[in-house]
Amino acid sequence: MMSQNKRPVFINLFQIKLPVAGVMSIAHRVAGVLMFIAIPFSLYVLELSLQSPQGFARATEIVQSNWLMPLYLLLLWSLFHHLLAGIRYLLLDIDVGVEKPLYRQTAITVLVAAPLVVLLILAVAS
Amino acid sequence: MSRQLSGLKAWVLQRISAVYLGLFTLYVTFYLLINTPTDYAQWSGWINSLPVTLAFMLAIALILIHAWIGIRDVLIDYIPFTGIRLVVMTLVGLLLSGCGLWALLIFV
Repeated sequence: MMSQNKRPVFINLFQIKLPVAGVMSIAHRVAGVLMFIAIPFSLYVLELSLQSPQGFARATEIVQSNWLMPLYLLLLWSLFHHLLAGIRYLLLDIDVGVEKPLYRQTAITVLVAAPLVVLLILAVAS
Repeated sequence: MSRQLSGLKAWVLQRISAVYLGLFTLYVTFYLLINTPTDYAQWSGWINSLPVTLAFMLAIALILIHAWIGIRDVLIDYIPFTGIRLVVMTLVGLLLSGCGLWALLIFV
């Protein structure tokens, strides 16, 4: 494995000027990592909510707590950015949207649509 | 461990799990928005009905596989030192396996 490390690698994100599809792509990764970190916490709240009526009340409190709201918004964005970018990748796999103007436009669409979906969910839920 | 889920197999699994998890996400999102459970009986009644329990168990299993493949790819890209990467990958694998067992305890 080490012998492969002779290949040129440049992955410093602070020095690379990414095209918009690259920004969308790295956001897809970041969103994935954030959701990975959230797995144990989600399981904890799920378990609590299913234990007893008291547990459900406690879980509701946690899910509705104001100070955790920014975190929930971030995770909700992660979920829908990851989902939308994922749909784009699946379409690219079957050669849909590979051409240049569309490739860029769909990347922009994903970046814009994910926060909009979060806002829409907030509007419907409240 | 990484050899077992590498190359084409991981690529295919990632996409199959993605399709299921995408549909599952849409179902759960719309259900919760339209039918927001307000008490324990409603919530546990929904989760504990057989089709929903099965859908959740399958979703959690696929989330863990999907997360493993995704995190593994990120670690391969960003930790060029085989030793450290192996340690981190082992920890991630243990964490995900532990979460799988925990989820089993929640639903069984």
